[in-house]
Amino acid sequence: MNQTVVSYLSQYEFYDIILEAFGNNEGLLAFVIYSLFAVIIVALCATIGGLGTYAERKISADIQQRLGPNRVGPYGILQFLADGVKMMTKEDVMPFTADKMLFYLAPCLALVGVFATLAVLPWSSGFIMADMNVGIFYLIAISSLVGVSVFLGGYASNSKWSMLGGMRGASQIISYEIPVTISILAIVLLAGGMSFGAIVGHQKGLPTNWFIFHNPFAFVAFFVYFIGALAETNRAPFDLPEAESELVSGYHTEYTGMRFGFFALAEYIEVFVVCGVAAALFLGGSNLPFDISFDILPIQLVEVVIFMTKTLLLYYVVIWIRWTFPRLRVDQLMSICWKYLTPIAIVNLCGCAIWLVVFNGRSFAQIVFGGHH
Amino acid sequence: MTPAHFDGLMPVVIFMALAVILFTGGHFASVLLAPKKPSHGKSTPYECGEIPVGSAWSMFNVRFYVVGLIFIIFDVESVLMFPVASIFRELNDMGQGGYALIIFLSFISVLIEGIAYCWRKGDLDWVKSFQVSTKNNKN
Repeated sequence: MNQTVVSYLSQYEFYDIILEAFGNNEGLLAFVIYSLFAVIIVALCATIGGLGTYAERKISADIQQRLGPNRVGPYGILQFLADGVKMMTKEDVMPFTADKMLFYLAPCLALVGVFATLAVLPWSSGFIMADMNVGIFYLIAISSLVGVSVFLGGYASNSKWSMLGGMRGASQIISYEIPVTISILAIVLLAGGMSFGAIVGHQKGLPTNWFIFHNPFAFVAFFVYFIGALAETNRAPFDLPEAESELVSGYHTEYTGMRFGFFALAEYIEVFVVCGVAAALFLGGSNLPFDISFDILPIQLVEVVIFMTKTLLLYYVVIWIRWTFPRLRVDQLMSICWKYLTPIAIVNLCGCAIWLVVFNGRSFAQIVFGGHH
Repeated sequence: MTPAHFDGLMPVVIFMALAVILFTGGHFASVLLAPKKPSHGKSTPYECGEIPVGSAWSMFNVRFYVVGLIFIIFDVESVLMFPVASIFRELNDMGQGGYALIIFLSFISVLIEGIAYCWRKGDLDWVKSFQVSTKNNKN
């Protein structure tokens, strides 16, 4: 049985007391706990997404020696709330040529796809909403909904800019899914399972146990994954679907007000999810750097903080990359994916498999310093 | 005792429902708050101020279709590798590592063959259509 937040809490005494209050209806209590945690996670991620837009502008201002937003609240930190209010009070315009139903559906689909991925993120060893046996596989599958929504948004607008952006977006997202999936396969190989609990559990202890340092191939796989993930989330230097200098705004050219806001929110949360997956798969996830024999709730919170720290550091790197590198051309984008990243990812996969057999599953550090797995 | 029958997909459904609720709520708020002054010019598709000519739903570069086809091939193959990858370590611990490795690598070699074929046919070059006339024999 994989651990979830409900099965984790059920080992404490207060769970039984609450269960009594619910008339011993375990299903109902599970529903309440899941809903509570889901609301907390969504609120947290929406705030992170909102603060992400603020951080993006502030960091870009730093890099370009500007001031950035500094009027709303201290240091302009409430800027994202002001933006949210502004979006809500903007008129909702839809092109009269648009496909109305698909036009409404596209941002909703983006939001559904991104929120569904939040269910498997391993916040800590106890706080996993759904630790499925096919966790990482589910994540890859459900996050393609965002690609569908990008194309749908571009198609439904019936505007030429949107159509071009949607087409580019769809081809880019599906292309970069290949190197990303194969890099993840290498980690599945090393962990011997697809559930996030198993993958994170394998990396307990010092950073030498992290999968990124397991062997040279996994080290390269991390960078292949990260580059591919940048492209999958349409982040610069791979932001061709919304390249403002050539496509106005790409697939969301015709979107205004709240619907545009949902696209932006979904995009920023997706960046967070991608960084979180990178932290969980390669960088040890929420593991403490030392072994502890006892397990109390504050330790879970410390683990959440560790996971968030790793994820937000990667988030910073993503923003940093955006404001450092120039945008690619379409043909460069495709050749990087198919001629460089995919072959490198395949070599990494073969390398990891051979490493596992030759060194009998031991990591690089275990070979150098001794020890068993 | 854990409620095992609810541990599977309930959080996923809850998250999806939350997304729909958030979307509907935000939409409802904007219906209440936002001004409504529709006009013909406003609801014309944006084309830098020009009056749009024709529909955007027209013919499109065939390269996108080819990329889609290549994606499907590779996606299916990587999906088929997931089950093998997840029991590979187990097989290795059972002493079947070498056997599993040979089968795994021979499957991957099919994948490599596929990418080599696409590469040679020039399907990985985005601007293939311009090269066909000059390198007719090679392609």
